[in-house]
Amino acid sequence: MSDPALQVEDLSKTFDVGKTLLGGARGHVRAVRPMSFTVERGETMGIVGESGCGKSTLARMLVGLAPPSTGRIEIAGRAQDRADPAAFGRLIQYVFQDPLSSLNPRKTIRQIMEAPLRLLHGMNRAACDARIAEIFDAVNLRPEFLSRYPHEFSGGQAQRIGIARALAASPEIIVLDEPVSALDVSVQAQVLNLLAQLKDEFGLTYLFISHDLAVVEAVSTRIMVLYFGAVVEIGPADQVFARPRHPYTRLLAESAPVVGRPLSAPEQKGTELPDPLNPPPGCAFAARCPRASETCRKLDPPLSDMGHGQYAACHHPL
Amino acid sequence: MKLFLSLLFRNRLAGFGAVVLGIVVLAVLATPFLPLPDPNATDTAQKFLRPGTAGHLLGTDHLGRDLLSRLLWGTRLSLAVGVAAAVMAALGGSAVGLIAGYVGGRTDNIIMRGVDMLMAFPYILLALAIVAALGPGLLNALIAVAVVNIPFFARNIRGIVVGLAHREFVEAARLSGMSHIRIMLSEILPNVVPVIVIAMSTTVGWMILETAGLSFLGLGSQPPTADLGSMLGEARAALITAPHTALVPGAMIFLIVMSINLLGDGVRDALDPRLRSGALSRPMAAALVRRNGPVPEASDDLLALQDLHTEFHAGKRVLRAVSGVSLAVKPGECLGVIGESGSGKSVTALSVMGLVASPPGVITGGAARFKGQDMIGADFETLRRLRGDRIAYIFQDPLATLHPLYKVGRQMAEAIQVHHQIGNAEARARALDLFRQVRIPNPESRLDSYPHELSGGMRQRVGIAMALANDPDVIIADEPTTALDVTVQAQILSLLDDLRRERGLAIVFITHDFGVVAQLCDRVAVMYAGRIVEEGPTMAVLEAPAHPYTRRLIACVPELGGGRRELAAIPGLPPAVDALPPGCAFAPRCDKAQEACRAGDIALEGASPRRVRCIFPEEAIA
Repeated sequence: MSDPALQVEDLSKTFDVGKTLLGGARGHVRAVRPMSFTVERGETMGIVGESGCGKSTLARMLVGLAPPSTGRIEIAGRAQDRADPAAFGRLIQYVFQDPLSSLNPRKTIRQIMEAPLRLLHGMNRAACDARIAEIFDAVNLRPEFLSRYPHEFSGGQAQRIGIARALAASPEIIVLDEPVSALDVSVQAQVLNLLAQLKDEFGLTYLFISHDLAVVEAVSTRIMVLYFGAVVEIGPADQVFARPRHPYTRLLAESAPVVGRPLSAPEQKGTELPDPLNPPPGCAFAARCPRASETCRKLDPPLSDMGHGQYAACHHPL
Repeated sequence: MKLFLSLLFRNRLAGFGAVVLGIVVLAVLATPFLPLPDPNATDTAQKFLRPGTAGHLLGTDHLGRDLLSRLLWGTRLSLAVGVAAAVMAALGGSAVGLIAGYVGGRTDNIIMRGVDMLMAFPYILLALAIVAALGPGLLNALIAVAVVNIPFFARNIRGIVVGLAHREFVEAARLSGMSHIRIMLSEILPNVVPVIVIAMSTTVGWMILETAGLSFLGLGSQPPTADLGSMLGEARAALITAPHTALVPGAMIFLIVMSINLLGDGVRDALDPRLRSGALSRPMAAALVRRNGPVPEASDDLLALQDLHTEFHAGKRVLRAVSGVSLAVKPGECLGVIGESGSGKSVTALSVMGLVASPPGVITGGAARFKGQDMIGADFETLRRLRGDRIAYIFQDPLATLHPLYKVGRQMAEAIQVHHQIGNAEARARALDLFRQVRIPNPESRLDSYPHELSGGMRQRVGIAMALANDPDVIIADEPTTALDVTVQAQILSLLDDLRRERGLAIVFITHDFGVVAQLCDRVAVMYAGRIVEEGPTMAVLEAPAHPYTRRLIACVPELGGGRRELAAIPGLPPAVDALPPGCAFAPRCDKAQEACRAGDIALEGASPRRVRCIFPEEAIA
């Protein structure tokens, strides 16, 4: 049990853009800049960041859907050196943001549920049926749903099916990519509570990606904040937003609408992200940062220890 | 299947085609069992007999062979070859399209350029070349026709597969351990089968014609075997003296191809989900109004909705999206309307200016008054004058509401010029001024940007600028910040707040987010299943919610700074608005519900502005 559930070293992803006629690339976009982090067993690691920060690319690399450009991924002590979803599948699974579009409209729920059991675990019909019954019971779905098609379900039910499919592979880790943002608030709480209960029941480790800070804070043990493809802050969930050390984390926390706090635009400078084709030297947040100095515009700050398990990538932490 | 047939036969022409084709197919299937003379038995003494001769119903040809017999056997052969060619072309073309679309990248490029080259040849030339290479014969003609039609299928299927290959369910299948071949066959293929069927049904007729063409030129079926093309070819020499020998096969080709094409169009229309749902039928310029009850009296509010009812009629189902909503705003006031999806909040907003799509939407009661003037049932010219001028909308997704092919400055100018007769230069100056007001950086250069060149936050600023273009009195904002990042959302909200304070704008702000309502709105109305269940000053509602739904909905939403915790959830789902329970719509999910809650209609009670629709409220309201 000494191995962490997930260990990532120098993981990065660069996309080529503007292919020339001979297949050479005109430019490169670094969607994820080299990052290293560890997720312990039983943890829920929350990952927050705004659109374009690379959180979905990171998730796709972690489950083997996209090959990393550099770096290595180690799951439960085993290095995953080839981006092959089937090899990753038994260890790590993925729950999609849009529950309905992640289910094939022309297959019954039973066919969808059987695929991981048969292909990843080689189960026969009887074993499949028993396991599906067990999982459906765990996620509060009725067995008669199995013969229906995806379009017959509401968003909340479809997301339970998506979670059930991920569980069917008996993974160690589940990556949840915005699992509740397509759901209504009253249903969102049902799914979040179900996830918490399943985690205890099956001894899972979660990576919970969301843009909703309050939701992430409510479910996570640790939180990682991404900006422009890099980790800017990482730390215990109860500290990151309560006592942010990176100015970007504070900006996020102050922007979230909270009942009882007067409306204030915390930032009047341009909110545009830096041009990904032509990234600035130094800290990517410097152009928006009230504390930016000359050093920030020249030198990319490394992630450094701020005490109490909190790390931030900032030359002038708060 | 039943639905498919009823849709198919709703189209009269397709039904006619199906009947004609059915008769032809039955006739050729029965041919071997009919008492017909041998189609290849020659009897030159009996040549060119006219139709109606005893023993030869359709007469005989130049070798004295019975035309009816040759026609039926020939049709049998032509149909079989045409269908076989269509199946071969569909199989080959779909396989090519499936691989090219799924694998993508360089493979796709090479395959599709090859297909393009095939398409660049005139089809008859290509077919002739293939037959010339393989030698004449019916089988070779079949191969030629199939090959010539492969590009059509390949291009069609590839287009669909490219869209499907990156869908989430395909990625989910990869995570389930499926191999690429398995994904193509079991995940993607079932989703393209309808397209293949549609493409086949529309091309079979064409392929029969092409095979007949090759046979006519003597490259298809070889004598003495009859098919429709070779019968025509042999009759050519006697076209003047014995026209019936050419007319008989000609009429049959006409009947078959016409009936197949009519049927094919019918199949396409019946299978196409867009045509089936009626989405392609154009909605009317203003929502249909069919008010049953009396129209409520005018009030002195700036904008007042009075007992508004909007329904959607879909077949036999009647969806009561909005049933009896009353709202009012004064100048400079911001009213929040909060609710979950399906609660009717967006339909309420759209009903104000008659923007609900009709069909299927119908406004069945109530009034929407702007400065006392009722806009429901107002003539289109009145509505058109007010839309975007006095009452403007901001929608959730500015990418969907801005025209992708026009520069944003041009669209801004258009919005102004619709209501004010000013020149282009003046309109542009006005647009520039508005861009400055909504704090778009570098407004001059942004005027010449296309919508896709702007970020989500910038696009929404353009949307707001456009709403402000004619200095409206009321802005109806339907989830304007839902698609935006939190830092951008905060800026848009403070911009709206400044605007209403500076200009005395009234804002109706529709959202599902309590935090946003708390920061921006003076008053809030909570909607559930098409009705307002609670309304009042924002802080009063949020701090002391009186309706159990409001209280529990607030409890569902985690707040930043609360730490890790179990969240309160509401069990069950919101009711479908075509099967609302009698009494309180929330009763089935409410832990305080009693018999009285399910008995009958519950009124919205209390003194304005604080009212609640509950017999057992959480808080006594003053």
